[in-house]
Amino acid sequence: MTDLKKRSMFKLAALSALAATALVGCGKKEEPPPPAPAPAPVAAPAPKPEPLKIAFAYIGPVGDGGWTFAHDNGRKAMEKELGDKVATSFVENVPESADAERVIRDMVGQGNKLVFGTTFGYMEPMLKVAADHKDVKFEHATGYKTAENLRTYDSRTYEGAYMAGVIAGAMTKTNTLGVVGSVPIPEVIRNINSFTLGAQSVNPKIKTKVVWVNKWFDPPKESEAATSLINGGADVLMQNTDSPAVLKTAQDKGKRAFGWDSDMTAYGPKAHLGSAVINWGPYYIKATKDALEGNWTTGQAWWGVKEGAIDFVSVAEDVPADIKKKVEDVKAGLKDGSFSIWKGPIADNTGKQVLAKDAVADDKFLGGINWYVKGVEGKVPGGEKK
Amino acid sequence: MLKLELRPQPSRFWSLASPILALAITVVIGVLLFVALGKDPVRGLQVFFWEPIRSRYALGELMVKATPLLVIALGLAVCFRSNVWNIGAEGQFIIGAVVAGGVALLADKDSSRWIVLAIVLAGTLGGMAWAGITAVLRDKFNANEILVSLMLVYVADMVLSYLVYGPWKDPAGYNFPQTKTFEAATQIPRLMQGSRVSIGLVIALAGVAGLWVFLFRTRAGFAQQVGGLAPAAARYAGFSSRRALWIALLASGGAAGLAGALEVAGPIGQLTPYVPAGYGFAAIIVAFVGRLHPVGMVFSAILMSMFYIGGELAQSRLGLPKSLTGVFQGLLLFTLLACDTLMTYRIRFTPLSGLKGAR
Amino acid sequence: MESYSLLLAATLNAGTVLAIAALGLLINEKAGIVNLGAEGMMLCAAIAGFAAVVHTGSDWLGFAAGMGAGALLAAIFGLLVIWLNTNQYATGLALSLFGAGFSAFAGITYVQQVLPERRAFSVPLLADIPLVGPALFRQHPMVYVTIALVAWLIWFLYRSRAGLVLRSVGQSPESAHALGYPVRRIRLAAVVAGGALCGLAGAYISIIYTPLWVEGMVAGKGWIALALTTFATWRPARVLLGAYLFGGVTMLQFHFQGIGVEVPSQFLTMLPYLATIVVLALISRNPAWIRINMPASLGKPFYPGS
Repeated sequence: MTDLKKRSMFKLAALSALAATALVGCGKKEEPPPPAPAPAPVAAPAPKPEPLKIAFAYIGPVGDGGWTFAHDNGRKAMEKELGDKVATSFVENVPESADAERVIRDMVGQGNKLVFGTTFGYMEPMLKVAADHKDVKFEHATGYKTAENLRTYDSRTYEGAYMAGVIAGAMTKTNTLGVVGSVPIPEVIRNINSFTLGAQSVNPKIKTKVVWVNKWFDPPKESEAATSLINGGADVLMQNTDSPAVLKTAQDKGKRAFGWDSDMTAYGPKAHLGSAVINWGPYYIKATKDALEGNWTTGQAWWGVKEGAIDFVSVAEDVPADIKKKVEDVKAGLKDGSFSIWKGPIADNTGKQVLAKDAVADDKFLGGINWYVKGVEGKVPGGEKK
Repeated sequence: MLKLELRPQPSRFWSLASPILALAITVVIGVLLFVALGKDPVRGLQVFFWEPIRSRYALGELMVKATPLLVIALGLAVCFRSNVWNIGAEGQFIIGAVVAGGVALLADKDSSRWIVLAIVLAGTLGGMAWAGITAVLRDKFNANEILVSLMLVYVADMVLSYLVYGPWKDPAGYNFPQTKTFEAATQIPRLMQGSRVSIGLVIALAGVAGLWVFLFRTRAGFAQQVGGLAPAAARYAGFSSRRALWIALLASGGAAGLAGALEVAGPIGQLTPYVPAGYGFAAIIVAFVGRLHPVGMVFSAILMSMFYIGGELAQSRLGLPKSLTGVFQGLLLFTLLACDTLMTYRIRFTPLSGLKGAR
Repeated sequence: MESYSLLLAATLNAGTVLAIAALGLLINEKAGIVNLGAEGMMLCAAIAGFAAVVHTGSDWLGFAAGMGAGALLAAIFGLLVIWLNTNQYATGLALSLFGAGFSAFAGITYVQQVLPERRAFSVPLLADIPLVGPALFRQHPMVYVTIALVAWLIWFLYRSRAGLVLRSVGQSPESAHALGYPVRRIRLAAVVAGGALCGLAGAYISIIYTPLWVEGMVAGKGWIALALTTFATWRPARVLLGAYLFGGVTMLQFHFQGIGVEVPSQFLTMLPYLATIVVLALISRNPAWIRINMPASLGKPFYPGS
């Protein structure tokens, strides 16, 4: 290529680059950023008040069939209930890292006045953004720090775990139950313990084995963990991880298991014994109404069966009728407050008594559980910190 | 019929134009993707290339994202130019963050600001030590540094996980796997109010200048590159290819560790299992697209950050999936590698009739 | 005792994935090409295979789709690396990154999909042998196919003319070229075959091993397969044993937890990677030994007419 040709090519390239930038820059002036995208159809004719813009930050994909799926269902329920009073949007796969702060700030920048962060790891980023934007309300799931404009909410998943335990205790033939644990935080340990207590209420002989995958969501690992538990003699499995892998593995190996976070019957119809589901709809509706009506105050909400946040559904056909009834009784008892799962005497698995006879555990006690109850094998990873 | 003809010498024009052409091709494919997904392509391009720079805050975020990429890439440039293939920068980043975090945890409310210096140095040394393992294994055992450094990434991730779930867990943290938030004294100083940009940016730019001088103006830099690319010639000239190996790995390990320290004592402010963000791998693309040249890498770091941030924004503004970021980054590297051929080869069109069973 | 036989069964299953991928990479490397894109190919194959089964209900079509996806990506890689002489390591890395992003992107609508129920396989009679029976004879056919593949590959590489040509291309492409062999086409064939096998491994993961689709579900197995090839000094039988070893370590990690061994789980997870490093160090130590086993032109570009 001659020098002349080279130079003209360069000029052409430079001109194209300029043209592209101009196009992009001009495009910006012609189209102001559109309002929150697809999910919420919003009609806002002049006289009605502007819909409240609400944003959700999800840790995983809405299609995960577990945790995020449940949150998104809650969002949709709230949208349905409140119609054109709200305009919702979400961002999925927001990592629990420095990036979360940017995403949340961007949500605020886009005009959202109520922001839901659906995983523990958003705590610090949300606190930072909340401090800078006092006019926006923040709701943080499963966290423990609050601020004037940031409150936390959580669900009593241990109630679902207890009900699963009742069925597990009745259905096991080897008297060995297995739990695929995600991360050894108090919530998960409490669930393992509640599962065991539930099983012991119908079958005092059972023992529970636990295997940790150290992740919330890792189907191949969850599958391997489930296989390992089955190899170790467990014939009924529970999980605290977010995918249906454990259920599928149980089905492939002819064992039974439960669904978690959402109804997982479809993933393993033969193995499925029931699903402990979280129903975020009622809470999201209440929180949004608080914001709409000006009643929003900070606090720490912890909802369970009573408030409609936890349920146990799709119980399998072959569960004996008396067990099905027992589960219903537990549900009713939790609803009206007559039944307490954590009522003494309860001992940990070293024999030490942690709850005296007839004593009922309060939320503070429940929040700090980092030991196993009698019947669970092994020690909590990370040891005990007093 | 296309034929590749070796040029008498590499074309200078294409060494500059190739990344631009690669970017152009990636953009075109991107536009096609947007259209295929039913989204407005102009809006798509805007989100990726305009939104990340349109406000002071946005620019700041761009710098926050680009700083670790640039710092790591600077180190990798030394490595790759010496023909040492350090794929494990991510692991060195993690260990740097771990060591820096360890020092930060020693701070209390009354610690002086000098602890920041200790943190940064500790991180750099940590990264160097981790890369040193790869260096030793390559030096003494002749083990392939690609595989060793890569395996060490997974090991580093587990080390972080162990510390954060175990000995370094915040006692007041409800057993959640994270350390306590670092004291205010440990925070890397910010450059300006209202933005998360830290002096890390200044360090990165200083690094750019330093690398330029090292590579192109010093004898040591020259020896380094020859030592890697032509060991026989290097031996003849008295340059040690062994020294080149160590300098390459220690430099890139140190850079990655430094980036880890800046991240952990900067935007993150504690150690969590989510410290590894893939910067070590993305920096490899930054290094290549920047042609392993200090100034080029500044631009490619900014470009990659735009892809990251654009990908996030594309999600919330356009409902596009986050995985697009990975697609674009991979595409960019592919097209770049393909376009780079134009530097060494000329494309000739030969008439079909002239063909005689060519291979 | 029964639990150990079940552990053995799980090990064989886990090892099969690694073995198939590593054998594919072995073929590549025998011809002198390093394809770092294994992880990307496996991921794209996993979603391709999964999608195929969702739409057609046939596992075998799923495997075919996976092989096709792997072969296609490998072909692109091959063209770049063999004809345009781009840097093998960088191109492979680009393939990995692209494959990861593309598979996540393509898989979005498949995240909640379910496959039709998996069949349980067992070899009649043999499966009922106490202890050994369930471990060895109740596996998916692919496990046995893998063993057959190893046998075939040993024959191909060391007893057939085509294998000899392949190995000579890997040892010295210049000499092979001088002898009149179409070096670049042979290398491309090796790369595509390798890609097809990596694809098969990827499809196995999403169709049999964990019958779901999730982003990133290959979880680093592609990188382990790469290490495995070197670990096994490029010999097929050793690849198989190494694969079972690594598969075993992964399962062992959970087994230890289950029986209450008090090692932090992270150290157990680290084991396969540490093991690879140790072996790499040991076998690389003797340059003569590496020279005997490693294809001499590995990673180096070839220029015909030079």
